Amino acid sequence: MNTAYHRWRKFKNWLMQGLACACALLAVVPLALVFYHVLKSGLGAVNWAFFTQLPKPVGEAGGGMANAMVGTFQLLGLAALLGVPVGVSGGIFLSEYRFARLKWWTRFGADVLNGVPSIIWGVVVYALVVVPMKGFSAWAGGIVLGLMMVPLIMRTTEEVLLLVPQGYREAALALGIAQWRTILQIVVRTALKGIVTGILLALARVAGETAPLLFTAFGNHYWNHNLSDPIAALPLQIFNYAISPYEDWHRQAWAGALALLLMVAIINVSVRLLTRDRFSQSP
Amino acid sequence: MTQEQTSPILPARPLPRRASAAPAAGSGPVALTIRELSVSFGANRVLKGVSLDIPAHAVTAIIGPSGCGKSTFLRALNRMHDLVPAARVEGQVRLFGTELYGPGVEPVAIRRRIGMVFQKSNPFPTMSIGDNVTIGLRLNGLRQRAELARRMKQSLVMAALWDEVADRLDAPALSLSGGQQQRLCIARALAVQPEVLLMDEPASALDPLATARIEDLILELKKDFTIVIVTHNMQQAARMSDYTAFLYLGELVEYGTTAAIFTHPANQQTEDYVTGRFG
Repeated sequence: MNTAYHRWRKFKNWLMQGLACACALLAVVPLALVFYHVLKSGLGAVNWAFFTQLPKPVGEAGGGMANAMVGTFQLLGLAALLGVPVGVSGGIFLSEYRFARLKWWTRFGADVLNGVPSIIWGVVVYALVVVPMKGFSAWAGGIVLGLMMVPLIMRTTEEVLLLVPQGYREAALALGIAQWRTILQIVVRTALKGIVTGILLALARVAGETAPLLFTAFGNHYWNHNLSDPIAALPLQIFNYAISPYEDWHRQAWAGALALLLMVAIINVSVRLLTRDRFSQSP
Repeated sequence: MTQEQTSPILPARPLPRRASAAPAAGSGPVALTIRELSVSFGANRVLKGVSLDIPAHAVTAIIGPSGCGKSTFLRALNRMHDLVPAARVEGQVRLFGTELYGPGVEPVAIRRRIGMVFQKSNPFPTMSIGDNVTIGLRLNGLRQRAELARRMKQSLVMAALWDEVADRLDAPALSLSGGQQQRLCIARALAVQPEVLLMDEPASALDPLATARIEDLILELKKDFTIVIVTHNMQQAARMSDYTAFLYLGELVEYGTTAAIFTHPANQQTEDYVTGRFG
């Protein structure tokens, strides 16, 4: 073999490998920057008061975002109540039943909805829920987040169910088990880990949505005692504090950003841990 | 007896003759009566008017080269083609007198009377060994634990698996070897106490030792069940079946006792297949 050509090939190989590594690192840089800045600015402002106290009035130092954090969890809970049953059922329909025309339109609709800007969701739910209820409420916030979760969960559930080998369905049906029982207790049970992953990822995604909550949950300086009242949420609180002119509130906004970032990161890491394959080595 | 078209130049190639539907003389009660069974997938006609009687408490083997319709025939017997929208089944299948494709007949009820074991063993992965065996019973409404445990042990004993798994019924089903998994699938099918057991090449994915165990198992099972087994392994059919049907390109070429089919077949094509001249 020609040594000069061989050396040229080796160089090309090294070059492409280097470029691929550089691009991968470049993709990670924004993540690193985000973590660095949020940690740097937020860590100083995080203290026990931040997690336990309500926001203090303008001018008074201190206070915290306890109601915002609890509010986020409340909203996610409401969203899951709407998003999980509807999304999972839709995914089961798409995967297990045969209505070609309807399935095509459902998939198309879900894909379009996945791309709708979140502020549009907020405006629509404002018109549909807030106006008839004559006020902002936790219900409206939960509904808008839940509606955003539905197409996401529907598609991931469908994908995971399609991965279940047909052999299990046939084996169950051959035992004389009715189809709906087969789907629920054999197929869905086999794919359960994947479905839970999809739900957790959808929750992580909607946890950070701010724009729709501007029109629905609206925010609250106090604890929410009635789901028909406005409710505070972490992204909303961060937004309100960040655009304010007060230095103290800016620091608290950074702390809130850190809390939100950690929450989303913990959900994602938990998903990775829960779905790891314990019996094989990952590359 | 055999019609042959001879010519001075080409070798003799007989026209496939529609074989007699009745099994050989001396058979007892008939489990499945099949008349003019035809299965089409869209425009493709896979089974063309197959008629035969499957005797009770015996092993009937369906042999033939790849693509001749053996699996399609088997799946038509427990209405598995209902799952395929493009499939069309014509003809009559009667199980001890009940017309399986009659109006108002529930496929689910049929499948409780006719069980199936597949080529690739498929124990449910999220369940333990014991749960796998009792799943058919539990999802059909049986709740009492004592009864479930009794039926589970009975099925595992019948499937010759009890001794190996008695101490680890809670272990995941996938921790068993290939042959054990297939016997687990057989136990699972037996637990619902079907009258007929259909087996689609059950030992084709197994090593010879495991295959031998499955074959011994089938010979034991025929005392209590009617067994129809599809196999591409002619020697296996010769070893363990009482009756053999030879299918070719969707048609039943010949059907009779295994001894007759393998030692003095009536049809030239059958003889060519069992002696290995084609297929």
